[in-house]
Amino acid sequence: MSTLHYLVLAPFIMAIFVPFFYKWFRNIHTGWFVLILPTVLFVYLLQYLPVGGPMEPLQLTVPWVPSLGINFTVYLDGLSLLFALLITGIGALVVLYSIYYIANKKDEPLNNFYVYLLMFMGAMLGVVLSDNLIVIYVFWELTSLASSLLIAYWFHKEKSRYGAQKSMFITVTGGFSMLAGFSLLYVMTNTFSIQEIIAQAGTIINDPLFIPAMLLILLGAFTKSAQFPFHIWLPDAMEAPTPVSAYLHSATMVKAGIYLVARLTPVFGGTAQWFWLLTIFGLVTLVWGSVSAIRQKDLKAILAFSTISQLGLIMSLLGLGSAAVHYDVAEVDMLYATAVMAAVFHLVNHATFKGSLFMVVGIVDHETGTRDIRNLGGLMTIMPITFTISLIGLASMAGLPPFNGFLSKEMFFTGTLNATTLDIFNVSTWGFLFPVLAWVASVFTFAYCMIMFFRTFTGKYQPEKLKKEAHEAPVGMLISPIVLASLVVIFGLFPNLLGYTIIEPAMQSILPNLLGEGDRFYVNIYHWHGLNPELFMTIGVVLFGMLVVLNLKRWQETTFFLKERDPLNRVYDSGLDGLITGSQRVTNFQMTGLLRDYFAFMMVFMIFLVGWTFIQFDALSFESLAMFDAGEVTPFLWIITLVLIAATVTMPFIQQRITGIIVVGVIGFLIALLFVVFRAPDLALTQLLVETVMVVLLLLAFYHLPELRKEKFTPRFRFTNLVISVGMGLMVTIIAFSVHALRQTSGFDPISDFFVEASVPLAGGYNMVNVILVDFRGLDTLLEVLVLAIAALGVVTLIKHKFKGGEDV
Amino acid sequence: MKTNFLMLHTITRIVAFIILSFSVFLFFAGHNNPGGGFIGGLMTASALLLLYVSFDLKTIKRVIPFNYSTMIAVGLLIAIATGLNSFLFGDPFLTQYFEYYDLPVLGETELTTALPFDLGIYLVVVGVALLTILTIAEDDA
Repeated sequence: MSTLHYLVLAPFIMAIFVPFFYKWFRNIHTGWFVLILPTVLFVYLLQYLPVGGPMEPLQLTVPWVPSLGINFTVYLDGLSLLFALLITGIGALVVLYSIYYIANKKDEPLNNFYVYLLMFMGAMLGVVLSDNLIVIYVFWELTSLASSLLIAYWFHKEKSRYGAQKSMFITVTGGFSMLAGFSLLYVMTNTFSIQEIIAQAGTIINDPLFIPAMLLILLGAFTKSAQFPFHIWLPDAMEAPTPVSAYLHSATMVKAGIYLVARLTPVFGGTAQWFWLLTIFGLVTLVWGSVSAIRQKDLKAILAFSTISQLGLIMSLLGLGSAAVHYDVAEVDMLYATAVMAAVFHLVNHATFKGSLFMVVGIVDHETGTRDIRNLGGLMTIMPITFTISLIGLASMAGLPPFNGFLSKEMFFTGTLNATTLDIFNVSTWGFLFPVLAWVASVFTFAYCMIMFFRTFTGKYQPEKLKKEAHEAPVGMLISPIVLASLVVIFGLFPNLLGYTIIEPAMQSILPNLLGEGDRFYVNIYHWHGLNPELFMTIGVVLFGMLVVLNLKRWQETTFFLKERDPLNRVYDSGLDGLITGSQRVTNFQMTGLLRDYFAFMMVFMIFLVGWTFIQFDALSFESLAMFDAGEVTPFLWIITLVLIAATVTMPFIQQRITGIIVVGVIGFLIALLFVVFRAPDLALTQLLVETVMVVLLLLAFYHLPELRKEKFTPRFRFTNLVISVGMGLMVTIIAFSVHALRQTSGFDPISDFFVEASVPLAGGYNMVNVILVDFRGLDTLLEVLVLAIAALGVVTLIKHKFKGGEDV
Repeated sequence: MKTNFLMLHTITRIVAFIILSFSVFLFFAGHNNPGGGFIGGLMTASALLLLYVSFDLKTIKRVIPFNYSTMIAVGLLIAIATGLNSFLFGDPFLTQYFEYYDLPVLGETELTTALPFDLGIYLVVVGVALLTILTIAEDDA
């Protein structure tokens, strides 16, 4: 275990102590204790930033399940470092912000909040720092779980629970499909290590499983990163406390999909499918998100759709940039690598401006009691600092100079324009759409930024519509957004601060094969590009965006604007309803409440399953009938067998329970006798004792039951039952015959030989049965008694804690 | 007329103890002869059941004040703890050890970790059998 391993585990370890902090230091906000961790981790991670030299990837392995190729390998390169810094950096700011956002009230479960938050932080660090696909998967699902728990933090609200469930369903479905994709990768490459898979990237490209693996993994990435049409969970996730939205649902978790795509670009990149899937889904999400954002009335909903659209932007950039892997000519590569550069740069920028905007919206909500833009207005003079931060954040998001959003948006345009010149993947036919869609989406992005800004801060202040008297937020709450907003300005003015520390190492991880020995990407970002198409596109965006906003009144009456909810939600809701009613129908059909029906189901199933297996493997054999020699059977055995048969035959005709129990007991004791004859004293003893205890138990249980009723059965019902019981009996008999015959003819070594030989030297016991029970198959025994214990608990619960009438389970 | 249970009570008193001691013998015999935790447990359970059947529940509860649900938990814990024991030696879960020792009185004796494991099984079996049956028997609804 190295320091980096502990770094991943640190949040989990910290989470153990949070409840104690909460309980023992009730007067101090628990957040102050939690704040220490991400701050320390962030500072610690800073030392890995490459200053004045290329970044050397770091790989450290701790075996976990080495026999299955699952190791907890930490892999730290440019891409991981970028994400790890985001997670810890934004994490620290969010924790600081949350201390003021969620007041330390008496019944506020702060301990839950911070435990979930730390769980998320650790899981997310695990995702971005692991090299092993299975480890990534485990942490990936943990982030989904933590996210869902955080969305439902105020679980008394119906909407919170709905949002939590929705995000859980969608992201976990995607995660599961991703696991299938990982398994296919393993089938192809025989390793779970991403670096080893990348080394084999050239050979697996023609594998028939290559495309299925890609599709399954992309499904995981798209659901997590809220790509169209899976984006519908993100707006509902806004029910979470605002710090959570800022952290999980804009800066980090939703970027896990982006991370995965970037990480696997060396494997899948360069293929037409990867290029088109990422580009199309990304661009559609970009446009859909920005158009949907326009019609939202809730500030957080606007930000949610804006996040969706920005995630689409990054996704499409990664798609366009993956074309670079296709070529081997260095000059051409650099042209398309611009898109990847833009993706990485925008990732950082988005985290800064969107993080600050979420916090600002949280402040507005906190200080006025509403987030509805129809009730807000005129806050500019009342909340001057909040206003300034918003101005910076929104201007950056809209893509205005001199902020960082302008730079990455220009690079985005460059990337799409470059992509039109591609001469592969039939881009020449549809490629012109890339810049067009990018431009349209940017117009709407500009428009919703304007709406957010003007509707909140300008216009008339309407105190009567607000729940509280508006005033500026406390200083502590403003620190985090101020830090982020300053970063927006700093990265905007000095973008090359990031150039060789963050962007270039991350690009190296995404496109590792592009560079020769000692080569590096040249990252040089500057504001003034000359009078090029990108600049005119930006000017167009501003002009048309203003047009959209000015004409908003006219459009506001259309149905498109009035319906805020995404129409795709209907698909999800009816799908979920259908799933529930469908499974209820299946359950009601099979759960009749009659024991005999369950027996019938089980037996029919067993007959078919075992019978099919026997026929499939040609194992049926009646040779043992031919080997049968009546002379070997002693008269004693004859008597036992005949009485046994007689007792069994009388069973169906018995009308009284007591008689039935006694006859069953007789059968049991006779079988015990058979065991004695065949030299199995342990079995005989067990059988005798079980039979004794069972008879007592049955007598007691039947004491409480009503008398058996005379029931009229239709002949058809009787016939079906007869067929089932005869079928079951026949099957068991035939199996016994076949097993006996196969043992003689097939030459299999019975496994009992092993136990006969090994029980004394390996376990020191002469009673083989018992040695098997306690030693060779000890785990089975342990689990069996566990089942027994659970069954006993079940009996106690059923009898001592009965449901009163009218309750449903 | 009051039913006279004298015969039953007298015989039970003797027989129950014979069964009980036999069950203890079975439990220890387990490793090398027929017997073991499961059988021993069932035998004990049936001896106790005999007591419950011939005397009434209240009397026996006073005489044998066991809490059977605790017994189940203790049994499971013992069995799991025996399994965890092998971690101390770097072996997989539930690796059993045995060694021969020269003990006073008993002479050369084999001591195994399977014995405490079996004790756990024994306790769970007794607990489950009696808890289930007594719960149903006490139910008067």
